[in-house]
Amino acid sequence: MTEIDAGDTAWMLIATAMVILMTPALGLFYAGLVRSKNTLNTFMMCVAALAVATVMWALVGYSIAFDEGNGIIGGLDHAFLRDVTFEPRDGTTIPHLLFMAFQASFCIVTVALVSGAVVERMRFGPFLVFAGLWSVFVYAVLAHWAFGGGWLQEKGTLDFAGGIPVEMGSGFSALAAALVVGARKDYGRQAMLPHNAVYVLLGAGLLWFGWFGFNGGSGFSTGNSSVLAFTNTLLCPAATLVVWFALDLIRGRQVTAIGAATAIIVGCVGITPAGGFISPGWALALGAIAAVPSYAIIVLRPRTRVDETLDVLAAHGIAGLTGILFIGFFAQQSWNGVSDGLFYGDAGQLGLQALAAVAAPAYAFVATFVILRVVGLLMPLRATEHEEALGMDIVQHGEEAYVTGEGAILIAHEADGEAVPPVASRF
Amino acid sequence: MKLVIGIVRPEKANDVLEALYRAEVRGVSMSRVQGHGGELDRVETYRGTTVKMGLAEKVRFEIAVSDEFVQPAIDALCEGGRTGEVGDGKIFVVDLERAVRIRTGETDHGAVTPVGT
Repeated sequence: MTEIDAGDTAWMLIATAMVILMTPALGLFYAGLVRSKNTLNTFMMCVAALAVATVMWALVGYSIAFDEGNGIIGGLDHAFLRDVTFEPRDGTTIPHLLFMAFQASFCIVTVALVSGAVVERMRFGPFLVFAGLWSVFVYAVLAHWAFGGGWLQEKGTLDFAGGIPVEMGSGFSALAAALVVGARKDYGRQAMLPHNAVYVLLGAGLLWFGWFGFNGGSGFSTGNSSVLAFTNTLLCPAATLVVWFALDLIRGRQVTAIGAATAIIVGCVGITPAGGFISPGWALALGAIAAVPSYAIIVLRPRTRVDETLDVLAAHGIAGLTGILFIGFFAQQSWNGVSDGLFYGDAGQLGLQALAAVAAPAYAFVATFVILRVVGLLMPLRATEHEEALGMDIVQHGEEAYVTGEGAILIAHEADGEAVPPVASRF
Repeated sequence: MKLVIGIVRPEKANDVLEALYRAEVRGVSMSRVQGHGGELDRVETYRGTTVKMGLAEKVRFEIAVSDEFVQPAIDALCEGGRTGEVGDGKIFVVDLERAVRIRTGETDHGAVTPVGT
């Protein structure tokens, strides 16, 4: 049994709070990308993740992910946070309770990520149900495979901060969700433009900030691997930005703001699995390389009938997959103290990475498809066409993001007997 | 020469534009307005304050057309703007006294006929 280390614990407390900030940051990022009439609903799907995923994580999710169990799924010994105390979590120098909270923040933001595939048409109630089920049956299972002693971790697949459960898990689930829920009614027929690029940039910036806790905290210490991952989280997205600018210039002769925001995400995602395993130099190279496949998917996807609205597959699934495979080539034992990749003499590591790059997307896609089909049997997943036209903010929440207040009449006084005259009679 | 004013739902504005385009009616102004017709009030709640939104967002089209294009413009507004629910909006047609194209000084029929037709 290791001892609690004060420095490590202090850093992990901060890192957890930073990752929690990523979920509202994602809400801002997503809200800016949708039409103004869906701003609140889109943001609320991320808030819903803070609610539902946290509760499900405490009830069963954490146990399924991090209790021993078998190779596929964890046990229920930690259900309801039983035996999750101030004692150090095995293999770390931080309290088990803090370890659980840090991992919870990952589950929350991953559930929020998936919402990007279904915004602007999925009803809020079914999304809450889906979020709860998904956090347990997809996220927690994949987290068990990668981090909780599951079969991928046993074989030696490397995933520093969640390329498997977070990035490939959300990305390929998003594809399945988009297919089950179906396209928005005007998809491919009318231009549906992001309504506030400033939100998108600010959201991306806050996400990048949070990602320093996400990757930098995934060493669970203030040790070398955390410092390496932290620094690589600075370098990799910067390289992605530069290459994205170049791709934008080649393609459209202008560097776009929303493209830049997307590049930040792609770079952060790319370095997520690889952060503590590759040298800073290779982190720059990974950032540059990761831009290309994600950029290609973002350009090509809207030409298909798949309305994977906010490109979670391209930004997370594909970039995560790139990062996972990159480890297999360029992991370097002199930097990570664990394993070498193909380039440094161990071809076997690439095979293990490829295994994860096949198994995790396949499981995420199939499981999400089934969960949404089942939820769809119990309740309609989508708003009606008329409701979709009105906008999800008014229909689902009875609020608007940009309310003027003109013509609004207080109706609380009606209870006193003196009815306020309706606006029409005063014209 | 008439001025056709169509007030429609904002979510149908794109459909109206499409319909006008198909009817070959060119020369359209569009503005966002707030109005109240016969539709039910929308109730919204903000932190415990419940309000009735007496005014609804609408889009107002203004289309100056020569006489033969009055009916196509009206048809397009109806076709694009109709949902069948209360609140689809209204169309007003008013006589137009004069029209001047600023660039050329052309007046009346010449001014409301798009260049190139």
